[in-house]
Amino acid sequence: MTKFALSPDREKHVEEILSRYPNRQAACIPVLHLCQEQNGWISDEVVEWVAARLGLSAAHVKGVVTFYTLFNKEPVGKHQVWVCRTLSCALRGADDILHHCEKRLGIHVGQTTKDGKVTLRTAECLASCGTAPMIQVDKDYYENLTTAEVDRILDRLIK
Amino acid sequence: MLRQTTYLTKRYGVPEGWTLPVYERDGGYQQAKRALSMPREALVEEMKAANIRGRGGAGFPMGVKWSFMPWPPKPEKPHYLVINADEGEPGTFKDRTIMELDPHAVVEGCIIGCFGIGAHAAYIYVRDELHLSKARLWGAIKEAREKGYLGAKPFGIDYPVEVYVHTGAGAYICGEETSLLNSLEGKRGEPRLKPPFPAQAGAFGMPTTVNNLETIAAVPVALAMGGDAFSKLSDLHDQKDGGCRLYGVSGHVNKPGVFEACVGLTLRELIYDLGGGVKGGELLGVIPGGSSCPILRPDETVNAPDPKSPLHRWHGKNVLDVPMGVETYRALGTMLGTCCAIVLNKNTDIVLAMHNLMRFYRHESCGQCTPCREGSAWLFRILDRMVHGEATMEELDRLHEIADNIMGNTICAFGEGTAMPALGFLRKYRKEFEEHVRTKGKSGTGRLAL
Ligand SMILES: Cc1cc2nc3c(=O)[nH]c(=O)nc-3n(C[C@H](O)[C@H](O)[C@H](O)COP(=O)(O)O)c2cc1C
Ligand code: SF4
Ligand code: FES
Repeated sequence: MTKFALSPDREKHVEEILSRYPNRQAACIPVLHLCQEQNGWISDEVVEWVAARLGLSAAHVKGVVTFYTLFNKEPVGKHQVWVCRTLSCALRGADDILHHCEKRLGIHVGQTTKDGKVTLRTAECLASCGTAPMIQVDKDYYENLTTAEVDRILDRLIK
Repeated sequence: MLRQTTYLTKRYGVPEGWTLPVYERDGGYQQAKRALSMPREALVEEMKAANIRGRGGAGFPMGVKWSFMPWPPKPEKPHYLVINADEGEPGTFKDRTIMELDPHAVVEGCIIGCFGIGAHAAYIYVRDELHLSKARLWGAIKEAREKGYLGAKPFGIDYPVEVYVHTGAGAYICGEETSLLNSLEGKRGEPRLKPPFPAQAGAFGMPTTVNNLETIAAVPVALAMGGDAFSKLSDLHDQKDGGCRLYGVSGHVNKPGVFEACVGLTLRELIYDLGGGVKGGELLGVIPGGSSCPILRPDETVNAPDPKSPLHRWHGKNVLDVPMGVETYRALGTMLGTCCAIVLNKNTDIVLAMHNLMRFYRHESCGQCTPCREGSAWLFRILDRMVHGEATMEELDRLHEIADNIMGNTICAFGEGTAMPALGFLRKYRKEFEEHVRTKGKSGTGRLAL
């Protein structure tokens, strides 16, 4: 397995992140985000690299990674689709949206399509309850959804 | 009483409303400039007079919180301002609108806040999913810095201030302030035992004030108006619950959304006047301020014969007609919380609603305290059996016991935030739950959506 290292421009960003805090540990979560952006998930190599870069123990970094749901502990699809299923969304049809996604993608929640393009997940309240139901695709929110719009969104991802 | 205002939402819907030129056209940053040349005590007094009750859920008076910071600051113990924009409480979606549509109000509030508490750095902790919010905040910070409103000498005044955005990584518990501080420090977001309180030992072990994002965004407005005048916008000024604030309404209403109004708005006004009324029929219940607030039934009547009760004025009235305030709602046995209501109509399966929320709490418990970790898991497990028509009456009663056992036995308020709404559902809809168990689930509609 190849050793992990951040790309030069992301590495520059690390310096800027470090300048925001009185100690290096505080950069842990932002730097993990940078790494995940590049690598797609947080492998043991990434953990080792972050630990060395910030002067932390690998156990500390691993502990952080396992605490937060947004750090991927294994490889995921090229795109992440998150369906919010908490109460405000559920009251406006989130369950139907979720089943629709499962059918359309031919996978269950937590799975990735065979071509590796899309991972389907559920999310807890994404602060978008007034425009429910909603899904998040990678960094974008799609709100006030109908199943027809979900189709359009998913088709763009899987084509 | 319904009085809509536009102090906090003036730039919502304005083209480029999140940029510095638009903000300055509306008088932006003049209050920060003014604050930095005020005596600190005068600023804090002004903020106390504004009676801004924390908008993050607990409703603590903001000015009083600022005054808890050790004074004068010691050079070896820098103070920090930390802004809570984790916005994870189910049903809550107000802070996000401010970050996206009026980020400069946040930055200006941070400058004033830093000065008020003796800090030179503010961290805005934003949940990671809110990418547009983070971008808008960073954009505002950049614009302000380029203009010389942040940095070594804001407005040419010798009081350095820096503002940073920090991101979480998906954990509801990081909204709890001590968990948030751990997360800011690059640790697992597990809540800390209190004391010490953040004002003594907060971020990086230093004296820290944690304010909710809407709380800090209200500061420039309150200062411009004058604390007392701001407070008197409210119908509950006499209860020290002042100003105007954002209200959200979601679920079964015709026009869900975020609205700004003076404090003192009633739930009926929020649902029917602002929210456009209940969608698809009659009201079953309302969760008033985020999922941790016990549900209210529309047929409840206020019982407050004692003239000293904050509810006395509304004695005998319907709960929906009580002004939404920190004290009034506490006296009703629920909480104002984040002021974002979730509306359930008569076709809602109440067992499924509770099941949905208890799944959330089971998922989000950080696991440090046994009563919370095990309790939230058991609550969900029994409800799951109930939904599948498998639960017994004994198990229904056990739900009470489990919730009772969480109360008061945990490190942080997540425990109560799970147990209190659970008990609310069970007590107020006892008949429905019993029916559900007796009929093996057939009495419910089996649906949450219309
Ligand atoms: C489980 C839990 C989650 C919380 N989530 C949030 C949140 O997302 N945003 C927030 O501002 N406050 C949240 N709080 C409240 C904070 O602990 C704290 O009281 C608040 O940020 C203080 O700011 P304020 O006084 O301006 O409201 C939460 C509390 C608990 C117990
Ligand atoms: S009450 Fe729950 S969330 Fe809070 S510290 Fe204990 S286990 Fe964690
Ligand atoms: S419940 Fe889905 S965004 Fe809040």
